[in-house]
Amino acid sequence: MHTQIVLEMRGISKAFPGVRALHNVDFTLRRGEVHALMGENGAGKSTLIKVMTGVYAKDAGRITIDGATIHFRSPQEAQNFGVGTVYQEISLCPNLTVAENMFIGRGRRGFVNWNRMNGDATRLLESLCIPARPTQELSNCSLAVQQMIAIARAVDMECKILILDEPTSSLDEDEVRRLFALMRELKSRGVGIVFVTHFLDQVYEVSDRITVLRDGELVGEYAASSLPQIELVAKMLGKELGDVAGIRNRRPRTAESGIPVFEATGLSSAAGVRPFDFSIHKGEVNGFAGLLGSGRSESVRAIYAADKVTGGSVRVNGKSVRIGKPIQAMKLGIGYLPEDRKGDGIIAELSVRENIILALQVMEGFFKPFSRKQAEAFADEYIRLLNIKTPSTGTPIKALSGGNQQKVILARWLLTHPEYLILDEPTRGIDVGTKVEIQKLVLKLAEEGVSVTFISSEIEEMLRTCSRLIVMRDRCVVGELEDSGLTQNDVMHVIAGGAEKPCDE
Amino acid sequence: MRTVKGRETLSNSNLLFMIAAVIFVLMYALAMAIYPGSFLQLQTFFDLFSLNAPLIILTCGMSIVMIGGGIDISVGGVTGLVTMCCAVFLESGGGDVWSSMILALGIGIAFGLLQGFLIAYLEIQPFIITLAGMFLANGLLTTIHKDPLNVTLPGFVALRDAELVIPLLGSHNRLGNFIPLGIKIGAFVVVALVIALAVLMKWSRFGRNLYAVGGNSQSALMLGINVKRTKFQSYLICGSLSGIAGFVYIMTTGAGNVGNASGFEMKAIASSIIGGTMLSGGVGNLLGSPVGALTLLTINELIRAAGVNSNLQAIASGLLLCVFIVLQGVVVRLRGGGNLARALPSWLPAGKTTGKGK
Repeated sequence: MHTQIVLEMRGISKAFPGVRALHNVDFTLRRGEVHALMGENGAGKSTLIKVMTGVYAKDAGRITIDGATIHFRSPQEAQNFGVGTVYQEISLCPNLTVAENMFIGRGRRGFVNWNRMNGDATRLLESLCIPARPTQELSNCSLAVQQMIAIARAVDMECKILILDEPTSSLDEDEVRRLFALMRELKSRGVGIVFVTHFLDQVYEVSDRITVLRDGELVGEYAASSLPQIELVAKMLGKELGDVAGIRNRRPRTAESGIPVFEATGLSSAAGVRPFDFSIHKGEVNGFAGLLGSGRSESVRAIYAADKVTGGSVRVNGKSVRIGKPIQAMKLGIGYLPEDRKGDGIIAELSVRENIILALQVMEGFFKPFSRKQAEAFADEYIRLLNIKTPSTGTPIKALSGGNQQKVILARWLLTHPEYLILDEPTRGIDVGTKVEIQKLVLKLAEEGVSVTFISSEIEEMLRTCSRLIVMRDRCVVGELEDSGLTQNDVMHVIAGGAEKPCDE
Repeated sequence: MRTVKGRETLSNSNLLFMIAAVIFVLMYALAMAIYPGSFLQLQTFFDLFSLNAPLIILTCGMSIVMIGGGIDISVGGVTGLVTMCCAVFLESGGGDVWSSMILALGIGIAFGLLQGFLIAYLEIQPFIITLAGMFLANGLLTTIHKDPLNVTLPGFVALRDAELVIPLLGSHNRLGNFIPLGIKIGAFVVVALVIALAVLMKWSRFGRNLYAVGGNSQSALMLGINVKRTKFQSYLICGSLSGIAGFVYIMTTGAGNVGNASGFEMKAIASSIIGGTMLSGGVGNLLGSPVGALTLLTINELIRAAGVNSNLQAIASGLLLCVFIVLQGVVVRLRGGGNLARALPSWLPAGKTTGKGK
C-alpha cells in the first residue's frame, strides 16, 4: 500500500460576498486511495473542489502536488497538471461526438486527426467497458454513459488525482457497481481519487479515508474502517443523532371507508407511463418505489398533469374532475415538488421571497399582486418554520445551498396549503440533516391531514415515511406493499421482479 | 463488453444540412421546370454565385459566430463601409487595387477585433455590441461620402469586368445569339472561402472548440478550452469576412454607395438558419451557409421571374425562414437526449419504450 502524499492542501480559506465558504481547511490525498469528502450541503465540499481545480481562486492557504506548490488559475491548468475532475452536472458538450468529448481541449495540435482520435477513443472505451461508439453524438448517450465518458476522459489524461463530485447521483445500482469497479482499477494504478457523495453506503463500499467538513471548517480526517456510519453522520451534523433511526411512520392507515382525497383510474401520460390506478386518503403518506427510469416520476407528473395526460379519469374528494394543466391541479389543492430542482423548481435569479410566494401568486392571479409587506411576512414565516438558512429574504435563491433551495420550494407549496402534496425526490442531493428535517416535516403534515406522495431513490427513507409503497418497474405498477414490518429486502425483491403481477394489461 | 449495435445516426449539424441541401435541390428543380428558359441555363446558376458572392461570404461569417453561440449584426454595415472606403480610396488617385484590398481587410479586422474583444473578454451581450458596431459603420459610411461614387481606375475596372469564359457551356439567348458562359471572380472567391472555412470548422482545433463553446460554454471551460479566446477568434473571422465581402461587393458593382449591403445582416442570419445553423449555437455545417443563401436567393429569383409584386419576395422569405425554424425545432427536439422514447405512444409494448434508457 502506498502512503505517499500526492496532494496536500493546508489552511485553505475562501469567502464569497456575505458567506465564508471555507475557513482554514486541510486536506491530504495519498497515492492509490479513495478519499471521501463528506459534509452537509453548504459545508464547503464543492468550494474546496473548485479551489482544488482552479475554478475559484483561494483567499489563503497553500496547495502542493507531489511536493511542489501550485496555483491553478483555470481548470485547464489543473487538467494539464494531472488533476482530472468529473462534476455532478455532466460537463461535456452534448453536440459533439463521444470521441471529441474525450479529447477536446487537450494537446496543442492545430488540426484534428479524426481517424486517430476515433481509434484512440474506441480503445479507451473498450478498455473501460463503456457501451458507446466514438462517433456517436454525446446527446444520444444515457446520462450514465455520459458520466463514464467524462471519467474515461480524466483517466486517459493520466491524471494523478481524479475528483468525482457526486458521480453516482444519476446512476442506477448496476451502473454504480461498474463505476466502483472502475474506481478500484484506477486506485490500483496509483491514482488518488477524491470522492464526493451523499450516499453513506457508497462511501463505505469504496473509500479508504473520509474527510468531514462542516460549515466551511474541517471536522477531521478518519480511516473509513474506524468510523462507524452513525458517527460519521453525527460528525457531519455536529451533534449526536439518535432520532435518525427514530423516524418512522407509525400511524395506522386511516379508515378505508373514507372518500380518497385523490383517485385516478387508468391514468396515462405522453411521457409513456402505462395506465395505472392510484388513490390516496386524507393524512396518508404513500410513495412510488422503483429504479431510476421505472416511471415513478412520470406517474406523479401524470397526476399533476405536468406531462400531457393521454387517458384515464380523476376524482378529487369524490368529485370527478379534469386536470389538463398544472394550474388546474394547483387549484384543486395539489402541490408538486419536482424532481429536477434546478430545471423545474427554482427560478435561480429571483429572490427567496419571490420564489416562496410564486405558486400562491399564480393561483391568485398576477393582477392581484401581494403587497411587499405581505410577501415579506409570508417569506419570514416559512423561513422560520422550515429553518431555511438564507442571509435575507431578498437573496437570490441560487446563492443558497441545495438543501436550502429545496426547503424554499417546499415552502412555496406549503404556502398554498395543499390538500395533497407530491414530493418527487425532495431529499436527493441534499445533506443528511435536511433530509431528516424533511422527513419529519412530511410526517407532521400527514398528522395535520395533508396527504403526501413521497418519492425517493433511498428505499430506507421511503420505508420510514410511507405507510404504503407502490412499486414500479418498466413504466408500470408491479406491486403495492403495505405493512409496518416491511424491510428494504422485501421492496427490493418486488422491484427486481419478484413478479407479483406481470407487466401487461 | 457490451457491444453497441446499430447504424450511425447523423449528427444534428449534418441532418439539418442535408435537409437544407435537399430543399435547395428541389427548389431549383422546380424553378427549372417552371422557367426552363432561364433556370436551365448554367449562366443563371453561376450568376447566383457571382452576383450574390458578398451575401454568401457574410453568411459564412455569420454561421461561424452563430455556431459559437453568438451573433454579429454589424456585418452588413461593415460591408457597406468597406465598399465606400475602397471607392473613395481608389478614386483619390493615390490608391491601387492591392492596397485597397488590404484596406478592406483591415477595416473588417478592426471591427472584428474591437467587437470580439468587447464580447469575449468583457462579456458584453453580442447583440448589443454588434448593434452598436452596425450604427458606427453606417455613421462612418455616410460621413466619408454621401453620394454614389463610381470607381474608374483602369486597374480596378479590369478586375471588375474580368470573368472566366467557358464557351463550351454557353447558351443561346432569346434572340438566338450564342453567349459563352462567364464566371465572375467573386464566384471563385466564394468557392475558395467556403472550402477553406468548412475545413477550418471540421478539422481545426479552433473549429471544434467553437462547436464545444456553442454547445455548452460552461462545459467547454471545464473541458479545458479557452472559451474567451475561441469566441474572440470567431468574431475576428467574421469581421475579416465582412471586409472581404465588402471588397467583393465593390468588385461586383464597381461603385461605392450609401445603400450598399444594407440589410445584409438580416439576410445573412436568415440564410444561416435556412442552411441549418441553429441560433442557439453548437449546431451547423459551414457547407450549409452557401446552400442557405442560394435557397433564399432562388426563391426571390423565382418570384421575380413570375413577375408578381416584389413584396411577395419578402413574404416568401419570411415564411421560408419560419418553416425552417419550426423544422429545426421539431427535428432537434425529437432527437434530443432520449426524448424520442417519450414521444412514442403509450400503447407500444413496454419493452420497447424503455429500450433507450437504462
